[in-house]
Amino acid sequence: MQMQRESKIKIAIDNIKFPLLAIVFSFIIGAFFIIWTGNNPGVAYVELFSGSLGTVSRFGETMLKTTPLIFTGLAVGFGYRCGLFNIGVEGQYILGTVFTISAGWIFRDLPGSILPVVLLIAGALGGAIWAFIPGILKAKRGVNEVIITIMLNYTALYIANYVVRAVLNPSILQGTEKKAYSVMIPEQGRLTMLTEIMPSFGYSSVNTGIFIAIIMAIITWFILFKTTLGYEVRSVGFNPYASEYGGISIAKNITLAMVISGALAGLAGAVMITGLTYKVDMASGMPGYGFDGIAVALVGKNHPIGILASAFLFGILKNGERKMQIAGIPKEVIGIIQSIIIIFIAAEAIGSYWPAIKRKLTGKKEEEVKAS
Amino acid sequence: MSKKAVALMLVLLLVGMMFAGCAQKEEPAPAAPEATTEEPTAPEATTETPEPAEPMVMGMITDTGGLGDQSFNDSAWLGLEKVEQDFGIERQVLESQSADDYMPNLVSFAEEQVNLIYGVGFLFDESMKTVADKFPDQKFAIIDSSGLEKDNVAEIVFAENEGSFLVGVIAGLKTETNVIGFIGGMKFPLIEKFEYGFKAGVKSVNPDAEVIVNYADSFEDSAKGKEIALVQHQAGADVIFHAAGGVGAGLIEAAKEEGFWAIGVDQDQSHLAPENVLCSMMKRVDVGVYKVAQSVIDGTFESGTIVFDAKNDGVGYSDLAGNLTDDLKAAADKYLEAIKAGTFAVPATEAEFDAFVAPAL
Repeated sequence: MQMQRESKIKIAIDNIKFPLLAIVFSFIIGAFFIIWTGNNPGVAYVELFSGSLGTVSRFGETMLKTTPLIFTGLAVGFGYRCGLFNIGVEGQYILGTVFTISAGWIFRDLPGSILPVVLLIAGALGGAIWAFIPGILKAKRGVNEVIITIMLNYTALYIANYVVRAVLNPSILQGTEKKAYSVMIPEQGRLTMLTEIMPSFGYSSVNTGIFIAIIMAIITWFILFKTTLGYEVRSVGFNPYASEYGGISIAKNITLAMVISGALAGLAGAVMITGLTYKVDMASGMPGYGFDGIAVALVGKNHPIGILASAFLFGILKNGERKMQIAGIPKEVIGIIQSIIIIFIAAEAIGSYWPAIKRKLTGKKEEEVKAS
Repeated sequence: MSKKAVALMLVLLLVGMMFAGCAQKEEPAPAAPEATTEEPTAPEATTETPEPAEPMVMGMITDTGGLGDQSFNDSAWLGLEKVEQDFGIERQVLESQSADDYMPNLVSFAEEQVNLIYGVGFLFDESMKTVADKFPDQKFAIIDSSGLEKDNVAEIVFAENEGSFLVGVIAGLKTETNVIGFIGGMKFPLIEKFEYGFKAGVKSVNPDAEVIVNYADSFEDSAKGKEIALVQHQAGADVIFHAAGGVGAGLIEAAKEEGFWAIGVDQDQSHLAPENVLCSMMKRVDVGVYKVAQSVIDGTFESGTIVFDAKNDGVGYSDLAGNLTDDLKAAADKYLEAIKAGTFAVPATEAEFDAFVAPAL
């Protein structure tokens, strides 16, 4: 028992060690880039952290930035556990927002005790339906999910724009002049702002969505590691053919993993709509949470608890970036730091393949030597 | 295994150091970066303005197009640059990555208590309403939106339909195939003002001409702009106007390759292809930004809507490359004078366009 515990802690430390190192190194390298742009890295990092954690209100804003990243990180991570690379989180997020806003209009007369729940379920449903398409295609026909999901991202974006313009526009439903955004979610369907409960959050728009995100992370962890479903999903991820030999259906689990991944992505959309924007804007580009989610999952090593931590880190970077920009440091610096973190994490993967690569290389050399 | 990985990291770190080190040597200017970043206001205040008072700070928040879009955001930033030169203010910018950033960005500047905050784009309207209520003493300005009805928000709007009408007149007279193209960014009311103003201009001088209208659903995707332009050109269009920000770069490139006429928007875009940009419809966002900044500096800031139209040269057309013949200019100027005199109203919506009767001048 004692030994088992120790080994568990050791595994945890082993897992955390590398991302932490990567983060420290990327900040050091980021400093050189800041010097290169003619700024003082000390000032920049002080601005970054004071801007994201300096006051309760700023901490609140960081939590707001963290909220969607937790969901999208979980979505990518869950898919990855089943060996799926879900690049479609972006599109599933968008469809989640569309479903949420539609439900908000259809059920606008429901009381405040039920409506938020209905909206969140609608959002999750939207994402799940959108993810079901690549899921079933992959499961039944072996179609590459990466290509399908990328395509579906654009389909989702244009569907959303069409719906906002021609179906859910206030000019059509409420007789106002034409707007570039949809109708609003009714007051009673909105999530509570934390500043209403704790005034010290000040002007921050952080809302109860952050708690939903944390709860979802715990639920995801439970599903993955404590249920049969999670065991099967992970098993297919490790080795699909061995799993099938052991009686686990590949098709079922791929579809299911994709749908759950999509539901998490759709939930991100629902939380952002009910918690922050209350409407869907016509957009000429992707919101970006899905792509950030890939990075979050990668840094969090596809583990729900790790994803919580890495989403928080990305939240700090994204929120602190504002103060850095005001201090005159180009916003691209934050992008550079994020990318370096990812490169380092990816470098670990290269590191773990290194012995095999070396064997191949040296093996070849030996053969050459023999041949000569 | 993990030792190897750490070693790899150290190598990367060293490479990074060399990179940063070289860059520093190349550029001796930022040799004293600490001095410039820690107190950027101090030297300016003592050398440029007579009083050692702190300079005013004005903050601008871009929409998701960001700086470098060659059109809307850049034009606003240019206006603020002029304010900086003329009055010695300090300008700051926050670029929004997504629509969710609008509100937090507004709050960030408001907490800094800058003298004026610009929201570039009508998409800021809802968030600005909320933030303007939370910070009643903070002055705001929004571009392309009106009807916010706040005591601390100045609204800068443009009569894009009037400027588009003028280039429509030019296009209608210039076309030889009687087919003209229009590329819009996204189909919402603001861009429809361009579309219907332009169509009305064409209709006024050349009722037989057909206007092909396409929307790119983007303000950034120049490849798409090129594709649409080529399709329109194949359908016979020999003059194509765009109101699509960065998408227009693709149109101008197609015009250069295939040898037809493009009409630029927002700024004079003739420098992109002097031989193929016939003229540009001007929307002087920079002037709007400048005027409001000036009012804050003078202490005459007023809330409410400021309209920039043909009358006060807020919109118009420009031909820096000299591609317009005197006849074309004369025709456009004739309509310009009529619009200024209020002889007729230029349609801005589909309904107004349907009811529009070409004025006899």
